[in-house]
Amino acid sequence: MEENRKPLLEVKDLKQHFKLGRKFSIKAVDGVSFQIYPGETYGLVGESGSGKSTIGRSVIRLYEPTSGEVWFRGTKISGKLSPQDTKHLRTNMQMIFQDPMACLNPRKKILDIVAQGLDIHHMYTTTEEREEKVYRILDMVGLSREHANRYPHQFSGGQRQRIGIARALIMEPELIIADEAISALDVSIQAQVVNLMKELQKQTKTAILFIAHDLSMVKYISDRIGVLHLGHLVETGTTEEIFLRPIHPYTRSLLSAIPKPDPVSERSRTAFTYDLKEMGIDYLSGTEHHVEGEHYVLGTDDEVKRWLGEDFLQ
Amino acid sequence: MNKDKVLSIRDLSISFQTSAGEVNAIRGVNLDLYQGETLAIVGESGSGKSVTVKAIMGILSGNGKIKSGTIDFTSRKSGEEIKEELLSFSKKEMRRRINGRRIAMVFQDPMTSLNPTMPIGSQIMEGMRYHYKTNKKEAYKKAVKLLDLVGITEPEKRMKSYPHQLSGGMRQRVVIAIALSCDPEILICDEPTTALDVTIQAKILELIKDIQKKTGISVIYITHDLGVVAKVADYVAVMYAGKVVEKGLSEEIFYDPRHPYTWGLLSAMPDLDTNDEVLYTIPGSPFNLLNKTEGDAFAERNRFALNIDYRLEPPMFKVTETHYAATWLLHENAPAVSMPEALKERIKRMGEEVSLLGGK
Repeated sequence: MEENRKPLLEVKDLKQHFKLGRKFSIKAVDGVSFQIYPGETYGLVGESGSGKSTIGRSVIRLYEPTSGEVWFRGTKISGKLSPQDTKHLRTNMQMIFQDPMACLNPRKKILDIVAQGLDIHHMYTTTEEREEKVYRILDMVGLSREHANRYPHQFSGGQRQRIGIARALIMEPELIIADEAISALDVSIQAQVVNLMKELQKQTKTAILFIAHDLSMVKYISDRIGVLHLGHLVETGTTEEIFLRPIHPYTRSLLSAIPKPDPVSERSRTAFTYDLKEMGIDYLSGTEHHVEGEHYVLGTDDEVKRWLGEDFLQ
Repeated sequence: MNKDKVLSIRDLSISFQTSAGEVNAIRGVNLDLYQGETLAIVGESGSGKSVTVKAIMGILSGNGKIKSGTIDFTSRKSGEEIKEELLSFSKKEMRRRINGRRIAMVFQDPMTSLNPTMPIGSQIMEGMRYHYKTNKKEAYKKAVKLLDLVGITEPEKRMKSYPHQLSGGMRQRVVIAIALSCDPEILICDEPTTALDVTIQAKILELIKDIQKKTGISVIYITHDLGVVAKVADYVAVMYAGKVVEKGLSEEIFYDPRHPYTWGLLSAMPDLDTNDEVLYTIPGSPFNLLNKTEGDAFAERNRFALNIDYRLEPPMFKVTETHYAATWLLHENAPAVSMPEALKERIKRMGEEVSLLGGK
C-alpha cells in the first residue's frame, strides 16, 4: 500500500464520556484513533458496551465528543461547524442502522423515504428527475420500480435493509457508517446483504465503516479491522494480519469464540477466556506498538513482548 | 445403546388465522427427543421452529389452531413409565403440571423474560414455591445453589440484585437458573444466545452443556446459527416453511448433508479459512406461508430443482437409520446431483482437521 494516500476520515484520540450524575461518568470511548482511506471498508468489532456504536455516532455528529478530533476530507468536523461544512458533511456521510423496521417511517412510501435526502438538499429540478434517481438506486440494490410505491411493512427484513442502503446511497456519499447493519437478519439473508454491499462498494468506491460484533462477517467485508474493548482500540490491522496473527489476548479470545460448522472439533473446543483483571492488563498504561505493516497493538512494552512470544494456535 | 424417548411429536400441523388469511405455520412435523440428548432445530425466521416448541409448551397465541398431530411426553419416575399426550391437556392443566415443572423454557431476550421489579432470588424461588410448595428456607437454599451452578460468583449477595444490575450474560444465566429450579426433564432454549456477544455466547453454551452432563436433562435448541448447532447438538432437524426437510445426527448433517436447503445454509455461513470474494447465498426470500403450494416449498429458491419439485411434495427419503431428507434428489430415478464444490471442499478440509486432531 502506498504511503502517501490521504485518509478520508481521521479520528484522533476520540473520547466520549457520558455523565451519570455529578460524580460518575461512563467512559464509553476512551482515546481511540484510526483512519479510513477512500474506498476501503474498516470493520470495528467488539462486544456490547465496548463503544463501537458510540464511535460511529460521534463520527457522524450524533454526539458531541468529550475530547479528541474527527477529520473528514481534510476538514475538522468535531466541535462547531459552519452551515456550509454541515451541509457538506450531511451529504457525504450517511448511516445505515441496525433495525430495518425501526428506521423506516411506516407512513411513508419507499419512494419518499429514499428521496428524503434529495428533498432536503434540493438535489433535483423536476419530479421526473427525482423519481428517476430513486428508480436507479432501487435497481442498484436489487429492488424493482414497483416497490417504490409500497410501504415499509410490505417488505421482508432483507428487503427493508436494502431500502436502508438505497437511502444512504442516493446521496452518493463518500463514507457510509453501517451500524450492525446485518445483525438483525437471517443467515441466508445476511450473506445476500453483505454481497450486495461489497458489490455496491466496487461500483461506487464508497468507504464503509462497518460496525459489527460478528467477526466472521467482518472478515468477509473488511479490508482493515479494529478491535475495541471497553472503549479502547486494543488491536488494529489489515484483515489478514488480525486473523492470521492476532496478538492481543482479547482478540484471541474473540477469535476462539467464533463457532464453526464442524461438530467434531467444535465439541471438544472450549473458548479462550479473557479476564482483564486476572491478566493484570491496564489499558491506560499501554501505548500503541507497531507490529508489522499496518498492524498495531495496545499494551505496555513487557506485555507486547510476552504476547509476541506466545504461540497462538486456534 | 438403548435410548429412551422423552418426547415424540407426530404429524403436527398448526395454522394461524390472520387478517390476511390462514397461515399454515407447521405442516406435518415429526420429531423425537431422547433422554439426555440435545436436539437442535435450525431454520430461517418463519420456518416454524418457534411455533413447534410453543405447541409443546401449550403457549400458542390465541389465533393458533392445532389441526392434527400428537405430542407424547414420556416420563420415568421410579422405574415406571408414564405416557402423556400434551395436546389433550387444557391450558390450566399445562400451567399447573407441565410448564416450568416438567418442561422449562429459556427465551431469547433475558431482559424481557425477567421481571424488572423483583429481585432475581425471588424469581428463582417463585417456581419452586408454586409447583412444589417448598418452604421459603429450602427454596432460598436451592436458589443459592442454582446460582452457583450457573456460574454466578457470590450467589448469596446476588440473590437480592435486580435484573437491571446484571449484565446480559449474567441475566441469561439467571434465566437458566430459573428454568432449572423445578428439576425439569426437558429444557427448551429458544435462541438462547442470539442477543448475546460471541464470547458470552460460547460461555453460555458451555454452561448448558455442563449442566446437561451433571443432571442428564434433555435439551431442545432453537437457533438459526449453525455454529451453535455444531457445538451443542447430538441430533439436528432442519426446518423450512413449516416442514422438517432434513434430520439426522449432527455429524451426518454437517459432513454429509443431502438437502439443497441444508447445502445453502452451510455454504452461506462465512468460513474463517476461505478467501472467496463472494459469499454463497440462497437466492430469493423465505417462503411466504400464506401461499398454498403444490410441490416443494423450497423449489423456487432451489438451483437443483427438478420438474417434479413443482408438482409434488417430496416425502422423507431414508439415507441411513438416523438420517432422513425430504428432497426428490434422493429418489432412485433422480439425476445424480451433488453438493456445491465449495461446500465439498470445506467438508473435506474439516475432515482433515479432525483426523489431525485425532492423530495427536
